[in-house]
Amino acid sequence: MLPSRAFGRFIGRRLIALVILAVGIVFVTFVLTHMVPANPALANLGQNPTPAEIKNFDRVNGLDKPLPVQLGLYFVHLVQGNLGTSEVTSDPIIHDLGQTIPATAELAILSILIALVFGVGFGLLAALRRNSFTDFVLRILSLVGVSVPTFWLALIALYLLFFKLGIFPGGSRLSPSDVAPPRVTGMYTVDALLAGQLSTFWDALQHLVLPSIILAAANMGLLTRYTRSAVLEVMEQDYVRAARAKGLSRRSIVFGHVLRAALPSIVTVIGLAFANVLTGAVLVENIFSWPGIGQYGYQASVALDLPAIAGVSLFIAVVYIVINFIVDVLYGVLDPRVRVQ
Amino acid sequence: MSATSPDIEITIPRRYRAIRLAPAAMRRPLALAGVAILLVWVVGALLAPVLTSYKPDAVTNSLFAAPSSAHLFGTDQLGRDVFSRVLYGARISLPVSAILVLISMAIGSALGSVAGYFGGILDTLIMRLVDLVFAFPAIILALVVTAVLGPSLQNAVFALVFVSWPTYARVVRGLVLSAGNAEYVQTSRLLGASARQTLVRDVLPNVIGPVVVLATLDFGNAILLLSGLSFLGLGAQPPTAEWGAMVSAGTQYFQYWWMSTFPGLAIFSSVLALNFLGDSLRDALDPHGSWTNRGGRG
Repeated sequence: MLPSRAFGRFIGRRLIALVILAVGIVFVTFVLTHMVPANPALANLGQNPTPAEIKNFDRVNGLDKPLPVQLGLYFVHLVQGNLGTSEVTSDPIIHDLGQTIPATAELAILSILIALVFGVGFGLLAALRRNSFTDFVLRILSLVGVSVPTFWLALIALYLLFFKLGIFPGGSRLSPSDVAPPRVTGMYTVDALLAGQLSTFWDALQHLVLPSIILAAANMGLLTRYTRSAVLEVMEQDYVRAARAKGLSRRSIVFGHVLRAALPSIVTVIGLAFANVLTGAVLVENIFSWPGIGQYGYQASVALDLPAIAGVSLFIAVVYIVINFIVDVLYGVLDPRVRVQ
Repeated sequence: MSATSPDIEITIPRRYRAIRLAPAAMRRPLALAGVAILLVWVVGALLAPVLTSYKPDAVTNSLFAAPSSAHLFGTDQLGRDVFSRVLYGARISLPVSAILVLISMAIGSALGSVAGYFGGILDTLIMRLVDLVFAFPAIILALVVTAVLGPSLQNAVFALVFVSWPTYARVVRGLVLSAGNAEYVQTSRLLGASARQTLVRDVLPNVIGPVVVLATLDFGNAILLLSGLSFLGLGAQPPTAEWGAMVSAGTQYFQYWWMSTFPGLAIFSSVLALNFLGDSLRDALDPHGSWTNRGGRG
């Protein structure tokens, strides 16, 4: 398990690919947000701006320079940690991202955890009871999970569990009577615990649970099918047959041999699961008035706030490729065969 | 490698694999359920004017009427019949998503087979482009594209084609690579078949099956994403009777649950049907392990 030279080279190659991809992402984001037929000056200055106002807007935002120069400046600013200023909030975008990211992170982490627990559990159960009625029911459940429109599920859940039954609070991160805990991570549940404010923690958790479960539906379905097929594949291996022949208990075969060997295939889904959570977050955050990056990106998109939408897509794409990089490395750690290729 | 006859025996069953796929899938109950639900929607869309006497945009005096025998799914904030709008909505969501999938499939398959068959610099260029598009979650790119081009159904379709062709390119490239290296293809080249002949006659039939499965699952995904964008106001614009836009209108009148419940059910049932079908087709294509891999809305 010690990092060998081959593994070092493997990581090195992935890192280089990561950097190239990141530069490509910046380029794509730039091209998309600067080849604009819609005029950002007109969109942001309201009705009938004077030519002087337009000129000033273009100068302030650097829109009067040739495109390659703008691209160069964009890279320079990025390296300095400057993503520009939002045309809606008038704040630096990096500041807005700092405000919205923890809210989404909290949601995404809990949601992926829920999906992992149920998805891996259901997948394992389906594989062990292959071709049984349980298997059939779990198959339908996983297909329902990937088929149900997230925004509709969110509405139905809000209608029944908040509006009709009052079991869950309806949207936002805290009750109006509660004050946000002192900021450390920006995640209210974590910060409340760190500050020892148990009632705030409980309130934040209650607000967090419902949107997390809704976001987990698609990934639960995805993980169920991946786990099932990974486990089935492992169970056909000779060493599992050998373990069985040796007279090991079913429990120690499943948890000691099968699940351990199926882990690499399950880990590869996490990148996809993250993309699913973000897709869902754009929709669910709007419904739950959750001030996260999904809602921010959506509002930027509607308001034609191009620097903000560029910042959001850059950030998300970079996080996404970094997660996929980590998944690749994890895969290499868990499955030594990959490193040698 | 010799150019003798035994290879030909392998060729024949492989060539007909795609054709034998359909009956095998039909033996499965899930596939049947999927086809049945889809048929209901197709018939509903085609016969909408016969099945309901209300026009989808006809405003009546009974606003927010609960479901009854007069209005099966109730009425909305303008007194429009929700049942009629859901039926007519199938005329938008289903064909528009189908066109979206067909365009993505055509672009992706073309680029993927070029990359796989010719290799070299073309392959590198195309696959790096695929990596780049894959680096963005679909909805984020769709948000950027619709922000840049402005919200409309057409632009939403454009945005989604932009994000969905790479999946086909990647899959087709892999299939062409493995089929192109298969012995019977090499043999046919040795026997003097041209590149185009081998592509069409030997490689393509092996690619069609997996691509059809992918397209079926992607069809459902396209319906989800398209209605999601419309829900956000970035796709079909009111007063168009589009399912996602209808669900969105219902969010403002929370207590009148029927306004968003029924169009949402329409989205859910049609996507579920396509996933039932796609999943069964996948099993038929690859019985090993069954109901395996891929999928999701990345």
